[in-house]
Amino acid sequence: MSAILPPAERLWYKHPIDRVEGTWITIALVWCLILFFMMVGWHIWGKQNLSTETYRTTPEQFMTKAEAVAAKYTVRTETEQNIPVVAPPPGSDVYMLGRLWNFWPILELQKDKTYRLHLTAMDYNHGFSLQPANINIQLVPGFEHVVTVTPNQAGTYSVVCNEFCGIGHHQMVGRIYVK
Amino acid sequence: MSATTTYRTCPRSGLQFENQAEKLIKANAVMAVLWLAFGGILAIGVVLTRWPAIHWLPADTFYMVLTAHGLDMLIFWIIFFEIAVLYFASSTLLRCRIATPKVAWLAFGLMVIGSIMNNVAVFRGASSVMMTSYVPMMAEPSFYLGIILFAVGALIGCFVFFGTLVVAKREKTYEGSVPLVTFGALTAAIIAVFTLLSGALIIVPAWLMSLAVMNVDPLIYRTVWWALGHSSQQINVATHVSVWYLVAAVALGAKPMSERVSRVAFLLYILFLQLASAHHLLADPGVGTAWKVVNTSYFMYLAVLASMLHGLTVPGAMEVAQRQKGYTKGLFEWLRKAPWGNPTFAGVFISIIGFGFLGGITGVMMGTEQLNLIIHNTIYVPGHFHATVVVGTTLTFMALTFYLIPVLFKREMISPKLAQWQPYLFGFSMYFFCLVMMGAGTLGVSRRHWDMAFQGNALAYEWPGAAYLMMALVGIAGVAAILGGIIFVYITVGSLLWGRKLEPGKSSAAFTPVPRAAPTTAAQTYGSMGFAAPGTFALAMIFLVAFVLYYFINWKYLSTLWGLS
Repeated sequence: MSAILPPAERLWYKHPIDRVEGTWITIALVWCLILFFMMVGWHIWGKQNLSTETYRTTPEQFMTKAEAVAAKYTVRTETEQNIPVVAPPPGSDVYMLGRLWNFWPILELQKDKTYRLHLTAMDYNHGFSLQPANINIQLVPGFEHVVTVTPNQAGTYSVVCNEFCGIGHHQMVGRIYVK
Repeated sequence: MSATTTYRTCPRSGLQFENQAEKLIKANAVMAVLWLAFGGILAIGVVLTRWPAIHWLPADTFYMVLTAHGLDMLIFWIIFFEIAVLYFASSTLLRCRIATPKVAWLAFGLMVIGSIMNNVAVFRGASSVMMTSYVPMMAEPSFYLGIILFAVGALIGCFVFFGTLVVAKREKTYEGSVPLVTFGALTAAIIAVFTLLSGALIIVPAWLMSLAVMNVDPLIYRTVWWALGHSSQQINVATHVSVWYLVAAVALGAKPMSERVSRVAFLLYILFLQLASAHHLLADPGVGTAWKVVNTSYFMYLAVLASMLHGLTVPGAMEVAQRQKGYTKGLFEWLRKAPWGNPTFAGVFISIIGFGFLGGITGVMMGTEQLNLIIHNTIYVPGHFHATVVVGTTLTFMALTFYLIPVLFKREMISPKLAQWQPYLFGFSMYFFCLVMMGAGTLGVSRRHWDMAFQGNALAYEWPGAAYLMMALVGIAGVAAILGGIIFVYITVGSLLWGRKLEPGKSSAAFTPVPRAAPTTAAQTYGSMGFAAPGTFALAMIFLVAFVLYYFINWKYLSTLWGLS
């Protein structure tokens, strides 16, 4: 019953370590270091690292830039709401914003080309959950997050909001086409 | 001190309860179970709405119920119970009077008022902001005020605990170091102080914001809020690990393998667990890479190391105790011959395994900077934390409650047969619940989402059939777990109301000092290959293999995604 009694030895830190424990501590510590250096290593050799490029912004500033790109590169509109489908050239800056309760605009990107995707939330926190690829990024109001993306498969992708943002949250879904 | 009080020695356990402390422990434990019962009722609404074929509650009610479920379970049930554990680990284990009982009652009163005020705000309908209440989304002012009052009460409770330790030291109720369980509770209380102060630092501004007095930056809110949100789960870890050691001692007579290893592991919690707030910010803008990597890994996973140590030493201590009783055949006779019919032991063992395999491994996945991209805000996240907080903490506290019914409440347990089955029903259905939730999350299904079908939306995303199947299984497993919860509440409340009264034991005006533990025997005559606990070591190896495989499977999955830089 000694876990509920004061230890017999006055100095607990001189209590002997069992061989089972000693062996396990060594193994566990090595594994912990592997876990740590795996993250660092992926920054060097891996291809999926979230950019940290961020700017402070306001809904007006961001909207102005997003509308300018949309005005230039809109190829068609979709749905009854006439959401523009914007297809900027590879390598350029593309914009997508989350607001109560939709994403704007729809993007059309090319496979294996790289874009600078600017993301923000206009009002509350929103979530950028790209499906079915399953890439999830937080959208925080007041911050413009610039993520460099390289789509590697053609298809129709959905952007699902996965941060609770009020009563219309479950209606908030956008789209990205990759050709 | 002229405090006149009495000490009751329980004839069933030998534990000695000081009169005021006993009342306080009872009051806090009862409030805890009431919140658990209420949160469990809310769980029915959550589970039956997310089960796609049933989709029970309307959207506004669902989000309201989900907000209350999170707060009532994660905060109110668990912290009330933890305050009871703190008083138990100080006053009862050290056999001393509780410091400032009147102040402890004030703390209890604040916690009761705060928790009710917060729930009233939620059920008025205008505070469906989820437990995280990210600004600029606003709840009613009384939502925040309720949390603040509750937190102040809990903070006072922690200081009553510290004060009781001082009383015990000064009045020499024990010699040498405090017992390991008290030491673990002390780390929990220290983490709690940090957590609650961080909470004050951000909930008070949020409250002022709800009164339109000031404005809070959304990213600063998230950063500081998680020093409350994640760290409060670290109080749970430190507390439930302490209870594991406690149960190993009372159920099997186990003693810690090495006081040094176990205590250093608790110290690692104090030093590193707090950094885990970063887990929630890995997908955020404006947070630097080096900051993320250092913090999310608890500075090179030293807190993970601590949990891996406890995960070995608790069952290891059990194994050594069993082997000393003569269960020495093969690797696992000690485990086969364990008291599986004792719900206190069974609950804790199911908790240890589930916490390690389901909660621990997946926690490291989510907390790995890049792997977080495939998990952030999917239903994988609640899958993980139900494994840590429900299988880990709640199941452990349930197991301890079964022990306390005769010892503390002096009642014979009603339906002991049903109690034997409770940990298996609740534990294993929660295992399955967590697994299928994480399965759905791996397919990308969002958490906190009312309608995965996006009905009526022209851009609706169609989830794969497997995702719907997983969510249906979440529903079924959830209902089974709720049934296990109902049985727990029935047995606990029923025993307190109708259980046969047991003999309370002798009361005396003075405490009996705590005896020292028997000295450790240097030479070990049990075990094999020089290993005192070879069976536990084999289990640890199975754990490690599962961990390594699952870890690299996730990297493989990540490597197939869009390039991101």
